[in-house]
Amino acid sequence: MTNTKWYWAISDGWNMSGRSLRHLFRNPETIFLSVGLPITLMLLFVYVFGGAIQTGTAYINYVVPGVIITCVGYGSSITAISVTQDMVGGLFDRLRSMPVHPASLLVGHVSGSFIRNIMATSLVILVAILIGFRPNASLMEWLQVIGVLSLFLFAISWLAVIFGLLANSVEIASSFTFLIMFSPYISSAFVPTDTMPTWLQWFAEYQPMTPLIETMRGLLIGTPINQYGWLTVVWFGGLLVISLFIAIHLFNRKRSQ
Amino acid sequence: MEQPIISVQNMNKTYGKKNVLNGLSFDINRGTIFALLGENGAGKTTTVRILSTLIKADRGTATIAGHDLYRDANKVRSVISLTGQHASVDELLTGKENLILMGKLQHLNRKAVIARANSLLEQFDLLEAANKPVKTYSGGMRRRLDIAISLLGTPEIIFLDEPTTGLDPRSRMNMWKLISELAKSGVTIFLTTQYLDEADQLADKLAIIHQGRIIEEGTAEELKSLVGEEKIELTFHDQISLDKAQDLLNGQINKQNLSISLSTDGTASSLRNVLNKLHSNHMEPLSINFRKPTLDDVFLQLTKRDREGVLQHD
Repeated sequence: MTNTKWYWAISDGWNMSGRSLRHLFRNPETIFLSVGLPITLMLLFVYVFGGAIQTGTAYINYVVPGVIITCVGYGSSITAISVTQDMVGGLFDRLRSMPVHPASLLVGHVSGSFIRNIMATSLVILVAILIGFRPNASLMEWLQVIGVLSLFLFAISWLAVIFGLLANSVEIASSFTFLIMFSPYISSAFVPTDTMPTWLQWFAEYQPMTPLIETMRGLLIGTPINQYGWLTVVWFGGLLVISLFIAIHLFNRKRSQ
Repeated sequence: MEQPIISVQNMNKTYGKKNVLNGLSFDINRGTIFALLGENGAGKTTTVRILSTLIKADRGTATIAGHDLYRDANKVRSVISLTGQHASVDELLTGKENLILMGKLQHLNRKAVIARANSLLEQFDLLEAANKPVKTYSGGMRRRLDIAISLLGTPEIIFLDEPTTGLDPRSRMNMWKLISELAKSGVTIFLTTQYLDEADQLADKLAIIHQGRIIEEGTAEELKSLVGEEKIELTFHDQISLDKAQDLLNGQINKQNLSISLSTDGTASSLRNVLNKLHSNHMEPLSINFRKPTLDDVFLQLTKRDREGVLQHD
């Protein structure tokens, strides 16, 4: 019995992911936005602000990890909007009145987010290399980059699911994307933190984006990673576990309202 | 006697301080169309949401096709289907993709899903639009697709929450036809509506819900006989003559437009009687109208039984 239960849970998740994938191709605006935004940002920082920023390395090498994080963060946070759309549109209600495994609906949204981000991030890295980004990562380090990005992606996607479940309208849900999109700015993503005022420096140093970006930078261009590696895993691993737990709890609670 | 397919007993639901359902009880027989008739906020949607396992009632029990609503929620889910107030179809997918996705989520065999999707598209007159994205569909087409989706798993009971709200008259007629055809195939239909004529056209049994409980149930004929076949509406010059006429006629009074409504069988003699009564007291109405009974009439009539005095109806 348990085997069939698992089979259907996976099958439901798979079908919902297929739906997300179809959405991606039917609604190319989303992918244009999640690729266009970070690329514009990158061009702006490299060609406009970059000359004035002293980082000790070629600025493009310094900034690309931050751009990738912004890209994945934005791409994952969009999940909140699609979850809210399904809530408001009544699709969740229909599915919940069917004998479908409830978590599969959320799994569909999150795996949709995964596919969307793989596409967007690959494009961003490609453009970065075209304009002069020269990573020196080994194959092992690239695999670690993918691991770290996936952890970040799943953590933010599940956090986005929570926002999506709580928001009553698509407009409210979309505010979440801003929160995630702007959080790398107050970190070492685009400029070294030591030029910021002391209080802001304190925030920038201890917020989760900084260890994430320092880890990415270390893996891609070989700067020291130090304690940032495990800090990243603790921050986003913890966020993922907590978000997953809260999201499922919220989703089940909606039944008894 | 045959066991009812849906049996609801003494159901209560409170949101904050508001009692949405207040001791709701009713039975529905297999293979019939049951219409829950009520205004906005009467508790129709809450009832549907509870019976379709989306939310839980605070108190009360219900069995659906022999399964306890709470203990066997998953078994209930396998025999029902829900079509909510908003067409819950995926805008970006095509009509056919919507059907196939939902069929797979109902764990139907892959080949069977495709065959079933095609036959439903044909039955619901959607073959031409089958491969177009749903966002290009009209309101009526969406509703038809929505109902087609709910038939995928060949349910025993279909919940239709206000299936014609927001549709143009022609789509509304088509929907009526479709619903009565469905009922002929043996499925039980639970319908909510604000429109008396809709319930009249479709339902084998109607229940009127008001402030979270059933205030009357029966066939359309039985309910209509409570308010009379037709209404005479008499309008008066002023408040004084209105009150005086009400003393004589004891009808349904509407103070805002100075009118009194009376039930009638629609014959000339019934009108003559009313006018004679007024005339012998030296009174004359400003105008006279014949009209069909409306849902308002039923409400006013039924709620008047419970409370003395005038019901302010808005």
